[in-house]
Amino acid sequence: MIKIEHLNYIYQPGMPYEMQALKDINLEIPDKDFVAVIGHTGSGKSTLIQHLNGLIKPTSGKIYINDIEITDSKTNMKEIRQKVGLVFQYPENQLFEETVYKDIAFGPKNMGISDEEIEIRVKEAIHAVNLSEEVLEKSPFELSGGQKRRVAIAGVISMHPEILILDEPTAGLDPSGRDRLLELLTNLHENTKMTIILVSHSMEDVARVAKNIIVMNNGSVYAHEPVAKVFERGAELEKIGLAVPQVTMLINRLIEKGAKLPRDIYTVGYATKIISDIMKGNSDV
Amino acid sequence: MFKDITIGQYIAGKSVVHKLDARLKLILTFLFIIILFVVTKPSSYFFLTLATILVILMTKIPLGYYLKGLKPMLFIIIFTVFINLFLTPGDVVWQLNVFGLTAKITLQGIKMGLIILLRLTLLVCGTSILTLTTSPIMLTDAIEAVLSPLKVIKVPAHEIAMMMSIAIRFIPTIAEEADKIIKAQKARGADFESGNIIMRAKAMIPLLVPLFVSAFRRADELATAMDSRCYHGGANRTRMKQMKLCKTDYMAIIYCGAFIVLVAIIGYIL
Ligand SMILES: Nc1ncnc2c1ncn2[C@@H]1O[C@H](COP(=O)(O)OP(=O)(O)O)[C@@H](O)[C@H]1O
Ligand SMILES: [Mg+2]
Repeated sequence: MIKIEHLNYIYQPGMPYEMQALKDINLEIPDKDFVAVIGHTGSGKSTLIQHLNGLIKPTSGKIYINDIEITDSKTNMKEIRQKVGLVFQYPENQLFEETVYKDIAFGPKNMGISDEEIEIRVKEAIHAVNLSEEVLEKSPFELSGGQKRRVAIAGVISMHPEILILDEPTAGLDPSGRDRLLELLTNLHENTKMTIILVSHSMEDVARVAKNIIVMNNGSVYAHEPVAKVFERGAELEKIGLAVPQVTMLINRLIEKGAKLPRDIYTVGYATKIISDIMKGNSDV
Repeated sequence: MFKDITIGQYIAGKSVVHKLDARLKLILTFLFIIILFVVTKPSSYFFLTLATILVILMTKIPLGYYLKGLKPMLFIIIFTVFINLFLTPGDVVWQLNVFGLTAKITLQGIKMGLIILLRLTLLVCGTSILTLTTSPIMLTDAIEAVLSPLKVIKVPAHEIAMMMSIAIRFIPTIAEEADKIIKAQKARGADFESGNIIMRAKAMIPLLVPLFVSAFRRADELATAMDSRCYHGGANRTRMKQMKLCKTDYMAIIYCGAFIVLVAIIGYIL
């Protein structure tokens, strides 16, 4: 479980460009959750998640991972970074080894895992991201953009984290690449029961995969609720620079016009089913 | 750690020093450096220090920025001061015998040490004044202008200036990128801080490879962007902002000229 208490963070304190990126954040994220962090650009999403594995030290406040206070200077950071895997935005920019195999093995190797175990983990990780084992002997630099990103994600999965955090993993991917990545995350969550924290500014993405949503606005937590609850507040979200999925917007309009529809519709699939059920019902009458 | 780089950092402002013509500032800084290294009298250093402090105050930039510039030089400064302190021959004022070796400080050593300390500190502060108050673009324009007489002997003044301005422009970008890659590798358990020299050098590979890859990619993209906008070097290019000396500049020339004469006379008399 992740617990954050009164977390504040200021970039470049005391300088003219001082910037309070996080303001009194209090959060609890249970185990096995699939939670999305959304918010407009500059709302503090990336700053927040970098706190969770100790890459950024809070200006004030405390963070606990499984009841271990990671903000304590005595905590073993290597252990925490193994527990909390963090995939940065555009992770393909961090690849550096001669082969994909070596790159995926980098994390486990730093953790001091035996070569045999590493081999098992690398293979498992490459399958988890839906790439074939042939890729392992290639240079990461000869892969396509989408493949590189998968390799980079595999490089974090191979560390067997309990919590996997991804910062805008779909940014810059084409629609089919995005679909496949989201599907990959869903499968990963179902198969491994990892806690997944997905940072995104796309409501459409979030609606499809997450269970809960944390809405960030100007460095504060604006809401932390199940997906359906958040999308009921469509108008409010638009005020803070976020759009609900188009299908939810459509349903909300229909409800305004008097249609008897549930408010928790936020995927096209579900909307189609509900609407066709209603239409069938109508034709029966 | 890369966030601390302040080379080429420019702090926008409206002070008199900011408004001075960049060419003038460049030449004055050069003169200042030359003077720093030719004068030897303590009294001259007193006046040079005073003048530097005055100009620093005139820039209206917080002192912290100047100190930040000094920080990376601290080791070199202390090292040279100590060398001079202990190795200058002359009248011994203090000595210590350990294991048959004698460490001694001489009067001349103290004097030399102090001079070196002032020299290097003023050198860093003086150049910081230039870079903090002059935008990189103005600075490279000034370099081009100052170098352009050398075009006669085929020195590619424009190209040098262009290369410098691109390099300066990309320092913060690359520093930011380096910071991001370091974090990403740390998240994968990389350790940049511990171990012996060889281990540390090896630990740099996961940083340097991605950094070079992205630097080359950026260079390539920039070249394409410049090509597609028909950039073809310096010949026949005109400027949006013409550099012209104005009243403040002439005043600055007069003040600085007077100051140099003053320092020279004082150095001669005292
Ligand atoms: N290294 C930095 N130095 C100074 N300010 C920063 C830095 N990184 C981010 N910021 C500022 O902090 C705020 C939050 O940024 P970030 O966490 O990256 O937001 P998001 O990921 O939601 O777009 C922004 O206003 C941004 O400009
Ligand atoms: Mg971000």
